[in-house]
Amino acid sequence: MPTNLSARLCTFVLSLFLLAFALPAFAGPFEDAVAKFANDDYSDTDEAIGVVASSGNALAFPIISALQDGRLMADLDSKKVYVTGTDGKSIDAATGQPVASVPDSASAVRLNNRLRRSVDAALGSLTLQSPDLGARLQAAQSVFKSHEETALEPVESALAKETNRSVKTALGDARAAILLFKSDATEVQKLEAVATIKARGDQEALALLSDIGSDQPASVAKAATSAIGSIQSSLAVWSMVQNAWYGLSLGSVLLLAAIGLAITFGVMGVINMAHGEMVMIGAYTTFVVQEVIRTRYPALFDYSLLIAVPLAFLVAGAIGVLIERSIIRFLYGRPLETLLATWGLSLVLQQAVRTMFGPTNREVGNPSWMSGAFDLGQITITYNRLWILVFTLAVFMILLAMLRYTALGLEMRAVTQNRRMAASMGIATSRVDALTFGLGSGIAGIAGVALSQIDNVSPNLGQSYIIDSFMVVVFGGVGNLWGTLVGAFTLGIANKFLEPVAGAVLGKIAILVLIILFIQKRPRGLFALKGRAVEA
Amino acid sequence: MPTKSIHDIAASFSRRGVLAATAGLMLGLASISGAKAADDTIKVGVLHSLSGTMAISETTLKDTILFLIDEQNKKGGVLGKKLEAVVVDPASNWPLFAEKARELITKDKVSVVFGCWTSVSRKSVLPVFKELNNILFYPVQYEGEESERNVFYTGAAPNQQAIPAVDYLMKDEKVKRWVLAGTDYVYPRTTNKILEAYLKSKGVAQEDIMINYTPFGHSDWQTIVADIKKFGSAGKKTAVVSTINGDANVPFYKELGNQGIKAKDIPVVAFSVGEEELAGIDTKPLVGHLAAWNYFESIKTPANEKFIKDWQAYTKNPKRTTNDPMEAHVIGFNMWIKAVEKVKSTDPDKVIDALPGIEAANLTGGTSKMLPNHHITKPVFIGEIKGNGQFDVVWKTPGLVAGDAWSKELDGSKDLIGDWVGKKCGNFNTKTNKCLGSGS
Repeated sequence: MPTNLSARLCTFVLSLFLLAFALPAFAGPFEDAVAKFANDDYSDTDEAIGVVASSGNALAFPIISALQDGRLMADLDSKKVYVTGTDGKSIDAATGQPVASVPDSASAVRLNNRLRRSVDAALGSLTLQSPDLGARLQAAQSVFKSHEETALEPVESALAKETNRSVKTALGDARAAILLFKSDATEVQKLEAVATIKARGDQEALALLSDIGSDQPASVAKAATSAIGSIQSSLAVWSMVQNAWYGLSLGSVLLLAAIGLAITFGVMGVINMAHGEMVMIGAYTTFVVQEVIRTRYPALFDYSLLIAVPLAFLVAGAIGVLIERSIIRFLYGRPLETLLATWGLSLVLQQAVRTMFGPTNREVGNPSWMSGAFDLGQITITYNRLWILVFTLAVFMILLAMLRYTALGLEMRAVTQNRRMAASMGIATSRVDALTFGLGSGIAGIAGVALSQIDNVSPNLGQSYIIDSFMVVVFGGVGNLWGTLVGAFTLGIANKFLEPVAGAVLGKIAILVLIILFIQKRPRGLFALKGRAVEA
Repeated sequence: MPTKSIHDIAASFSRRGVLAATAGLMLGLASISGAKAADDTIKVGVLHSLSGTMAISETTLKDTILFLIDEQNKKGGVLGKKLEAVVVDPASNWPLFAEKARELITKDKVSVVFGCWTSVSRKSVLPVFKELNNILFYPVQYEGEESERNVFYTGAAPNQQAIPAVDYLMKDEKVKRWVLAGTDYVYPRTTNKILEAYLKSKGVAQEDIMINYTPFGHSDWQTIVADIKKFGSAGKKTAVVSTINGDANVPFYKELGNQGIKAKDIPVVAFSVGEEELAGIDTKPLVGHLAAWNYFESIKTPANEKFIKDWQAYTKNPKRTTNDPMEAHVIGFNMWIKAVEKVKSTDPDKVIDALPGIEAANLTGGTSKMLPNHHITKPVFIGEIKGNGQFDVVWKTPGLVAGDAWSKELDGSKDLIGDWVGKKCGNFNTKTNKCLGSGS
């Protein structure tokens, strides 16, 4: 919670400052530097950051952290600069005097990327001994990145006092990075530094070691080269793990998109080209849910997806039932005509959504628990992909259980295996058809909720998944849910191992060619149905 | 045959929908222009996709032309006549663009057409405009390497967008290593070829350039973003130059944000991402990434502020954004009006000859001029993405940049110029002093 943290830090430093406030203020280099923030010039701002950060003035931290958050307001005409606290109270940045209000003519001091790096470096050395653990860790990491010589002393004194192990390691890394680039560091120090950075073993370590330049002592250069080699070989192993993870993640997306189709096409045999549009409708349901939550109940935002899942199922499922009753039931047994009718239907649905919601993308936000990433060894795992994988497997299991253990599931299997026999046993087959199609569409709707987190929510959303979905179902074996599961993960992993070698475009083509060849060999897919279930 | 009837219903349904929408538009327009008889009006064709994949970008441009015509008619039209828009929907279907263009020119007898977005749609209508001798104003930044008598290019050529952006990164961000990432079609491929040649001429080594193409609508960016991260950890400052088009941008930026690639570490400068595209994303993780355009909504000039106000009033949407291709249409439309007033005729031949040299104010405070090669002069801005989905201009060219029809960086085109005033030729070779003609 970075905002929370900086808020707390701010109040802490502000109160510290207010204690020391009895001192009279003189117009010195610090005040001159602060006035430079009001020049609206990037190089002046950069200069001001440097002077303020190294001034030792108690106001340095509040000013620079305000600059980072866009709370440092400058009046270009009067050259006055103000710090607006997160609590809404403001002070004059040059003197620290509280001011009643910031004039309307003042605007936030602008930053560009170069200045953001300066701000990070400055904040790094200012917060190395902050009482907050997260702030110290962040500070140590930004010093590691900027590795400026002036930070050596603060890092060493922070290292001596530090008790937390992970911050200590980070500080050690930062110290090593500074020593490595310090021209008057001894050879022993530098060798130690190389060893420390080698132990870190990630891409940033690699970047640092590759950047040390040629003016290093021979022994250091040699150690660095061997460290680079060993990091690279360990990273190569990790990149295999990473590809496998990406494959699983892509596979879960494919499975999620295809799982509804595995019901409508796989179980019922309806070539449903409007399947993608059911996914789209699910995504738009998520959008509507989030809009309502944003305007009425903002506190519920993190639960928006949980609320959207059942709603998307109901909306898409109801539309599915409607389509089955009004169009598809007249077309059973005529695949070509079903294909054309559902294709036309998909265009109608797309245009309807375009008219209702407009042609541009709609913003569906990620709840906080789906944003960001964590590191596992040397690979980065993003939360949204992880949750989608978990969610997909859960949907798959529930669907499997439903088909296996509920009365409706039994009826569905009975009808699809032998319609006449099922009808003779008293099953209302047309009702079961409608419900099965509704179930498949509803699941597509659920997929839309998840896909809204990683893709565009636009009227074209469905189109990009329809081909892939058919591919997965046909490859896995029509009529077999397990086949769809294995098919999706196989294609996902194969795709991700091909992509780094062949590129995204060729990779995709290669996959298509492989599937065509595979279907030649095994026309019924990976898991073919055998026995009487085949084409009853 | 129940199927057939169903299929027919579906087809006529959507066709009727389009008809109804167009009819509604025409009605609205007619009521504004005071329902004049058709003979008293000058017809303006609007050839932008209102359905299909490109509708996301092109619908706004259709609205822009309708808005401009409305404004012009309030001022009394042109040559004493009111303007009347003829809107057709080429439905993101390239061959349909040619059909609809033919329909506009032969059936509706339009005097000028504003339209197209993708290069392939422009290439598809080109023969029609040549054959029937009409005028097309093309408002989108494109790959260059073209100068046609019947087409006026009001969007940026590569030297008005891509090259200044790379210059900025090289000078201000000290970038040494480059990822050129694009969607796999003609605009990114040509632009990247030009950029690669340009970077090498500036002394960038081959191993410091990574080129990557992805299919249209690519949505799984994990591998590529991880590759970019890896490429960026070689100890040299790295930047990504993105010609990724359309819908693929949203998942790309989401993945960048999620994998924690910050603009201060590896900035991404995009040529196809504007205010409209950002509307679908939470931009807070993207603050600091860049875009290069000739116009940004956030630029504070009186002309721009008035335009945004009028546009939002016209569309009755106080949040409606504006973007670069819209400004191109504004400039192109005003240039056409001025040319028509100058020759007192809408005859395409006369207007085509009058257009070079015509000047029109752009919305960012300068005056753009139509050049003999049918491109215009434009300022170039580099903007940083802000948390509210707008851009903060961090750099701009000192003056206006003249658009090059033929890139000076490529061997095949560095000797070519387009000159429809003196040489009457779109691809004149200055070395051999010969016009290559339409055969090349």
